[in-house]
Amino acid sequence: MKTFLSLLLLTLGTATNAEEIRATGDLGLVVERARGSLLVIDQSDRAAIGRIDGLGDLSHASLVYSPDERFAYVFGRDGGLSKVDIVEGKVSARVLQAGNSIGGAISDDGSLVAVSNYEPGGVRVFNADTLEMLADIPTASKTIGLVDAPGRRFVFTTWDDGETWIADFSKSGAPEITTIPEMGANPYDALITGDGRTYITGLFGEDGLTALDLWNEAPQPIRILQGYGRGKEDLPVYKMPHLEGWAKAGDEFVLPAVGHHEVLWIDAATLAETGRTDTYGQPVFAMARPDGRHVWVNFAHPLNDTIQVIDTMTKEVIHEFKPGPAVLHMEFTPRGHEVWISVRDAGKVMIYDTQSFEKLREIEADSPSGIFFTARAHRTGL
Amino acid sequence: MRSVAVFLASATLAHADEPPDSSRLSHLVHQDCGSCHGLTLKGGLGPDIRPEALSHYDAEILADVVLDGIPGTAMPPWRPSMSEAEARWIAEYLLTGYAP
Repeated sequence: MKTFLSLLLLTLGTATNAEEIRATGDLGLVVERARGSLLVIDQSDRAAIGRIDGLGDLSHASLVYSPDERFAYVFGRDGGLSKVDIVEGKVSARVLQAGNSIGGAISDDGSLVAVSNYEPGGVRVFNADTLEMLADIPTASKTIGLVDAPGRRFVFTTWDDGETWIADFSKSGAPEITTIPEMGANPYDALITGDGRTYITGLFGEDGLTALDLWNEAPQPIRILQGYGRGKEDLPVYKMPHLEGWAKAGDEFVLPAVGHHEVLWIDAATLAETGRTDTYGQPVFAMARPDGRHVWVNFAHPLNDTIQVIDTMTKEVIHEFKPGPAVLHMEFTPRGHEVWISVRDAGKVMIYDTQSFEKLREIEADSPSGIFFTARAHRTGL
Repeated sequence: MRSVAVFLASATLAHADEPPDSSRLSHLVHQDCGSCHGLTLKGGLGPDIRPEALSHYDAEILADVVLDGIPGTAMPPWRPSMSEAEARWIAEYLLTGYAP
């Protein structure tokens, strides 16, 4: 009888645990910018499964994930760095580390979290477990385009004086800093490729972009697409584009033009221009579907109600639709079968099938902006 | 063709003879000006534009900055998408913190 009871208890115990355990591989977080909260979403169920409040000013907030996909590090506009436990649905640590910040990154080994700051300008690096500050790297400029690079490094660029800094934390103690000047006038954002080799920064102050080959011992600025707007009138820019590692589509990179209604294509190996595609508005995000076959593009105010899909083979727009007012962000499922789109002024996240372009579901969200699936944990630069 | 499209889009936004629509304009200030100046307007890539930071401006000049931008900086001209009355409303709103 005793044996029977323990067996029964053991069985019950196991059943309960299975229900309580929440695997995080298909989860994600949506930034609800005005209310300062995160919506926890489940990709497989196409549903919101919870909300985490108390994160401060989340306008233009972004986040990165711990390697075990349990924790998110959230970078708020107000300088707040929050460590969020997705499994328990709570904020487990939070520090106000600067006055005004703009994104962050996590080191390849998951031990360091870096935050890019506008005020005071520079990058601060924290212990990922405790959020204790380990390094302060002041730059005397607003910093943009902070990414992680292989070998426990962070790379970022300065808006005011156009320098790229590489902070190498591979040895214990203070980081080794390499500064690369003359990256160009007013870099506004940057990306690193998934292999960690190429860093590309887009310029606001001049027509062009600048690349670095990080496999080189002493990387030098490589100017690309110089004067791409030549002969065309610059349109007013109401929103700076974003650059991220998803720019690689097949053997090319696809990049948003600044002040023009077009995306630009360059050969990923030679960085020479291979084509252009006229678009509906000024692109904000030009994101290759994970397989690279299509590129989805959204646009700046006041044309931000529309998305266009471009075929990578022909570089032609093959689909255009209007999800609703203020399309701010898109996130593909890791294998690209669905795309989740935040439509801020509709108060919804909309889910589309990327093959048929059919809308599959809408999820209520309060002024949604960035959408981040946990699979980003395993991607360099995301 | 591009400029025509922009003009048509803006024509639907700005109606010269109607009074400025407060809720639409305050939404625009926080969401779209907020792209660079932050949702709370305390600054981002663009500077702080809260009342205390702008106190050296008079409303007329600030409305011109909104309409024509500041050449050589990232501040764009908003004239394509708003009327002078709307720019004046935004200038008052930024200077006082309240809808005029």
